[in-house]
Amino acid sequence: MKSGSNLEKMLSAGHFAVTGELGPPRGNNAEEVRHKAKHLKGIVESVNITDNQTAVVRMASWAACKILIDEGLEPNLQMVARDRNRIALQSDLLGATALGIKNVLCLSGDHQRFGDHPEGKNVYDLDSLQLLDTFRKMRDEKTFLNGKELDGAPEIFLGAAENPFADPFDFRPIRMAKKIAAGANFIQTQCIYNMPKFREFVKRIVDMGLHEKCYLLAGVTPLKSVGMANYMAKFVPGMDVPDTFIKRLKGVDKKEQAAEGIKIAIEQIHELKEMKGVAGVHVMAIEWEHRAKEIIEGAGLLPRPQV
Amino acid sequence: MRLQYPSSVRVIQLPCSGRVDIIHLLKAFEDGADGVYVAGCLEGDCHYLTGNFKARRKVNYVKKVLEALGIEPERVEMFNMSSAEGPRFATVAREFTAKIKELGPSPLKAAQAA
Amino acid sequence: MIVGDSKPLEEILEMIKDRPKVLVLGCRGCVTVCNVGGEKEVGILATTLRIARKKAGLPPTIDERTLERQCDPEYVEELAEVAEGYDAIISIACGVGPQFVSERYPTVRVFPGINTTFIGGALEHGVWGERCQSCGNCLVHNFGGLCPIARCSKSLMNGPCGGSANKKCEISPEVDCVWHLIVEKMEKMGRLQELAQVWPVKNWSTSRDGGPRKRVREDLKQ
Ligand code: SF4
Ligand code: SF4
Repeated sequence: MKSGSNLEKMLSAGHFAVTGELGPPRGNNAEEVRHKAKHLKGIVESVNITDNQTAVVRMASWAACKILIDEGLEPNLQMVARDRNRIALQSDLLGATALGIKNVLCLSGDHQRFGDHPEGKNVYDLDSLQLLDTFRKMRDEKTFLNGKELDGAPEIFLGAAENPFADPFDFRPIRMAKKIAAGANFIQTQCIYNMPKFREFVKRIVDMGLHEKCYLLAGVTPLKSVGMANYMAKFVPGMDVPDTFIKRLKGVDKKEQAAEGIKIAIEQIHELKEMKGVAGVHVMAIEWEHRAKEIIEGAGLLPRPQV
Repeated sequence: MRLQYPSSVRVIQLPCSGRVDIIHLLKAFEDGADGVYVAGCLEGDCHYLTGNFKARRKVNYVKKVLEALGIEPERVEMFNMSSAEGPRFATVAREFTAKIKELGPSPLKAAQAA
Repeated sequence: MIVGDSKPLEEILEMIKDRPKVLVLGCRGCVTVCNVGGEKEVGILATTLRIARKKAGLPPTIDERTLERQCDPEYVEELAEVAEGYDAIISIACGVGPQFVSERYPTVRVFPGINTTFIGGALEHGVWGERCQSCGNCLVHNFGGLCPIARCSKSLMNGPCGGSANKKCEISPEVDCVWHLIVEKMEKMGRLQELAQVWPVKNWSTSRDGGPRKRVREDLKQ
């Protein structure tokens, strides 16, 4: 055990794991975090807390994580390399783990160009792989990046993200292997809509034996409406939403679109459960936390096993 | 062929409109011209392939400079015409002159006189 | 070369407002090559400013001069006789120009007439692209001759990130994803395997992060 987190225990026991996601508020509204957390309690192993996602300023991820811990949930702290240099990143990891955070997801972070402070300077002292490598070193070698010993080393389950739909496709499995080499214990993927392409990606992962070195959690995001599907297809870089889904949503009454989106998500999870190499799902019900249960329950994943 | 065009138009001949430079157009204004236009070959007919396109881009650049200086950008224009079209040359000369008359003398002169 | 862009005319006019005698100062170095600060551009800017002055009914004392280089005290010295006679000098060299000129002539007001944008080269006539960020420890040979520091929007050393789509960067369809280009190039060269290793953290102390830099060649020093 690297951290003894719920997520780690569930995965190492061989259960099909479920993680959720929560975006902190654009203010210090702690009540809002508690409110969203309530919907996810007991239905997922761990909840990813985004770190100024899309470069929009929000409550610090570590602080929202702490609120979740106090509410009896297990957070997964997302950390991006965009806003902090190696000094701040290492320091924040020490602080976060001192507060009881056990899962950490290392990301490079969306460029600030489309965020709410596009005039800011970015940092990128490290990239996501170097961040993983740094944290792995702090955990396993109990030293800082500079080789100096830590007074109390973090026990963490380290994660990374991978987007199987970004280009160049052939390089994605190699990059995932690099992330594992850098220290990733689990990988959560970008939202999957193009299932045949994802299947091909997973096949390559399995052929490379990567599924035995790391747990792959497949990303699922319910499409709330035709509008959202179109937006994702057109404006989110590296997102692949096939026309068939857009057509399917268009085929039902506007009021029924949300339900249809949930139905699609459930079907996807059923498919993913059967896919060799997939160890779990990461359900990102963005600003739709209250419907996450419907999806997870619908996919036959409740109640969650106790480990 | 003698064509009638306004005597206020001073013709400066160049081998190709592509030889016109931003500085030439600006100098004309600095030296008191009320308007400047470039007469180039028809688009697609340039002997040097793209001379007239380049000239148009330079004219557009000067339009922006004039605008930034608070001078009417219509005081500089680009016209395309075939070298065989004498009458069109005369028509353009008359029309542009009329347009400039409408705009009045260059604001540089007005300021100098004041 | 160092590439720059003209400052908006409005900004320059504001700089020289109430400064009757002005010198527009060009440079025959990089800025001549990238068509922003050479003799020709000095002529265009000075003429434009004279038009503005004439329009305002003011005496158009805008002189023109272009030095061999403004980043060399030897050439900046050439202004010794005249510099102090001006109420403003607009240097349209890279950012080094206005600094060297004002260091040498401390009583003269020196203004930058261009914005220095990047170290790069000409992609085609009239188009320039960024290529280097002077990180102080060049690594391009490891990435197929392409620089991830200057050309990846996030300076990733282990790209491409998840935002790379259709060879373009997540920040704009106008920006190439250099990591896509790196992968392609390395593949063509039969060196893709080299990209399978994790690039360790970069030592940024040779870059601007280590403080302003200075280079000394003892053998050349006098
Ligand atoms: S690696 Fe450094 S020195 Fe080399 S091109 Fe890139 S920024 Fe410039
Ligand atoms: S899309 Fe490519 S160039 Fe842009 S930040 Fe990602 S890796 Fe770098």
